[in-house]
Amino acid sequence: MAALSTPLEFADGRVELAEPTLVDLAGSDVRALNSALHAVDVAEKAPTWRVVNPDGRHNIAVGLDADVDVVVDGHVGYYCAGMNKAATVTVNGNAGVGAAENMMSGTVRIRGNASQSAGATAHGGLLVVEGSAAARCGISMKGVDIVVGGDVGHMSAFMGQAGRLVVCGDAGDALGDSLYEARLYVAGSVKSLGADCVEKEVRAEHLAELAGLLTAAGIDADPSSFRRYGSARRLYNFHVDNASAY
Amino acid sequence: MCGIAGLHLREPSLYPRLGELLTGMLCQITERGPDSAGIAVYGDPRWSPPGQSTVSLLPGDAGAQEIGTALRERLPEAVVVDAGQTLVVHAATDPGALVAAVRAVAGGGIVIGQGEDLAVLKGVGHPQALAAEFRLESAQGWQGVAHTRMATESAVTPQGSHPFSVGPDQCLVHNGSFANHATIRRELRAAGMTFDSENDSEVGARFVAAQLAAGYDLEKSLKLLCERFDGFYTLLVATRDSFAVVRDAIACKPAVVAETPQWVAMASEYRSLAGLPGIENARIFEPEPEEVYAWQR
Repeated sequence: MAALSTPLEFADGRVELAEPTLVDLAGSDVRALNSALHAVDVAEKAPTWRVVNPDGRHNIAVGLDADVDVVVDGHVGYYCAGMNKAATVTVNGNAGVGAAENMMSGTVRIRGNASQSAGATAHGGLLVVEGSAAARCGISMKGVDIVVGGDVGHMSAFMGQAGRLVVCGDAGDALGDSLYEARLYVAGSVKSLGADCVEKEVRAEHLAELAGLLTAAGIDADPSSFRRYGSARRLYNFHVDNASAY
Repeated sequence: MCGIAGLHLREPSLYPRLGELLTGMLCQITERGPDSAGIAVYGDPRWSPPGQSTVSLLPGDAGAQEIGTALRERLPEAVVVDAGQTLVVHAATDPGALVAAVRAVAGGGIVIGQGEDLAVLKGVGHPQALAAEFRLESAQGWQGVAHTRMATESAVTPQGSHPFSVGPDQCLVHNGSFANHATIRRELRAAGMTFDSENDSEVGARFVAAQLAAGYDLEKSLKLLCERFDGFYTLLVATRDSFAVVRDAIACKPAVVAETPQWVAMASEYRSLAGLPGIENARIFEPEPEEVYAWQR
């Protein structure tokens, strides 16, 4: 692995960032990469990284907690950018299961497609999937914003508790099943809604929220083309009349 | 958890590289199933020369030499290839006659594959050690399937390893667990079928073989399996001329397909596919739940 690069500090106080730190995973392992990304002074000493030849390896750039920018050229395996905090991770390829799972803050962008459980349990930050996401996208989401350029698979936003899920294409079966409070926006068709998920009115504040999310995601779509879905709040507390819905 | 990798070659100039490519794919799914492994190869001239029948055997107590000597008394031209825990027998006779001869001389042995083009090799041990034992790297052919097993439903034995090949030139590998396999096994036993293991996946293989024997094509057979079987499954099923993938309705067991004009490949994880020639231009997708994807030779 290349050594951590140091910013060039000039006499007049000007600071120029050096070239991104290049890591070729064909000749290095993921543990060494993650360990270097976890260095306490990584944001000062090496704020930009480029990772090549990921070849579907798991756990790339997990557990980051500093304001660094990591670009991965190629397809990644499971849990890429999991538990992300503050960092920006961009994957120029597809992602395997659980991309950005349990993210706290920062931005994760998958330029291709994402496999199942993208953004699972994530508390904050922005996850953008420019292609499509498979089943269970945003399962148990707890505050993250997720914007998907294409479709999402079945059981997306299952048990979502907070945050926003924006789907520019179609949603699969059982969207928002057992939803608590996350807000879901879908431009295309919804194959079916899950238990306690209902369509809701799109008001001015929702159009503004959508416009903001689409802008943040860099996706060109008309907010007025989306429909909004949310919790009917019938399953918050157990009521025997709802037993069949659980 | 188990690992699946399969490769269906369309480009004949790649046939000599089948074993090398499949070995690379198998190595990437080792962690998914480190307790046993198996492969099915279509068209390798060492194991299944053209114009001959092939039987794959877990030999029981008798050794390769003993079986070979006894077999040649019945079929003088029979050849026995020692591939570690599996023996592969080929001879210029019809598959039924070869199976009967093999069964007659290998009392405690279990036939784990038969047909005109198919060799099945499996065993207990680390998948990479088994690949070396099979000499998989030098295998040739037009199609191959590999499986690494992490056992959940039955014992870790060679006969409990995948692939399950219970019909002529057929094989099935499974990641997941069938919930109602005991019920279906009972029904198939009542219909006269016998089983080689307590493995749930064998029930799936025998169900598919029964549908194919009844005249359904592979696609329809797998649709019928989806209707009948409960539980979790990603299945890769091959015959001498088809290669098919199906996942259950929940689709939690992973699968990735990559397709180019030269080949179709399927694996549990993308990393198995990363070393294939031309992967950078492949169409890569995940199979949708309960949709059967089938390719013909």
